[in-house]
Amino acid sequence: MSRSWRLALFILGASGIAILFFLALRTVPSSNGLGDRYAQQINSRTFPERNITDAVTAVNFDYRGFDTVGEEFILFVSVLGSLLLLRMAEERKEKLLIDAAEPWRDVGPSDATRLWILSMIAPKVVFGMYIITHGQLTPGGGFQGGIVLASAALILYLGENFAVFRNVLSRALIEALEAAGAGGFLLIGMLSWFWGRPFLTDILPLGKAHELTSGGTIALISMATGLEVSAGFILLLYAFLQENLLPSGEK
Amino acid sequence: MLLIQLTILALVAISGTIVVLARDVASQPTVVSLFGLILALMFLVFQAPDVSLSQIVVGAVGLPLMILLTLAKLRRDAQILERKAQKEKSE
Repeated sequence: MSRSWRLALFILGASGIAILFFLALRTVPSSNGLGDRYAQQINSRTFPERNITDAVTAVNFDYRGFDTVGEEFILFVSVLGSLLLLRMAEERKEKLLIDAAEPWRDVGPSDATRLWILSMIAPKVVFGMYIITHGQLTPGGGFQGGIVLASAALILYLGENFAVFRNVLSRALIEALEAAGAGGFLLIGMLSWFWGRPFLTDILPLGKAHELTSGGTIALISMATGLEVSAGFILLLYAFLQENLLPSGEK
Repeated sequence: MLLIQLTILALVAISGTIVVLARDVASQPTVVSLFGLILALMFLVFQAPDVSLSQIVVGAVGLPLMILLTLAKLRRDAQILERKAQKEKSE
């Protein structure tokens, strides 16, 4: 296809998308007002019905909790798929492997960088857990906090190397945590069956508002999600970093 | 619409275009990372701090890292192939 044809096709497609986009944009509720009726309903119900102050978490883990089960398993399956595609070939397992980045590592990271990065790990872990456990009170929750936790593992690699990363984080344990997080979500959801209520009904005591224990199952689901998301991302890191390993001697 | 919202939307449009136009493979992860950070700011400006938090890590750290590691692997594979070809030539 010639260049002018490609350009014509692009302009046709782009203008079509632009027209549809602006037409769709006209019907989007205003972002600075309270025009949207669904938002109004959620905002007025979350506190009296669930005793929690973050409406987004209430939507994610309660009102539309079933959608989140789907999202959670999208992540679970994508992690599983990546691990399957990037699994180590049998013959590579036998050899002693070194990180392909190691030759360049002779010059860095400097001690100052290492100190800075390593001293950030503990605050990152604490911050991740804070975001996970305060999902029902302030913006955040399992997804956001889980990713922050996983990034603590990432900077461990950046500050040290893959050997340290592998020693600190046991792969078998993280795989188990990933499964526990995903399964935990389902189990908490099924808890309500004992009371003869539908899947994911918030049956636990709602607790006192503005406290960590508020929201019943919402806080528990947030923690299970946090576990699943952080373990899932760390496993992805594992798979990708492992791809960069070379048999020692080969450069 | 507020001025800050218009500004951030313009920034997203500009940085998004830059991402598409960036042809140098080595600079692409950096540009994507910056784009991710601006997207996170946009979510914050439009009052979605929940989304913003995850966007910061996924868009500004996770995605560029995956791209970077893939590039590193591709480059190494190319080097290994090159070396093999040279060996066969010399033999």
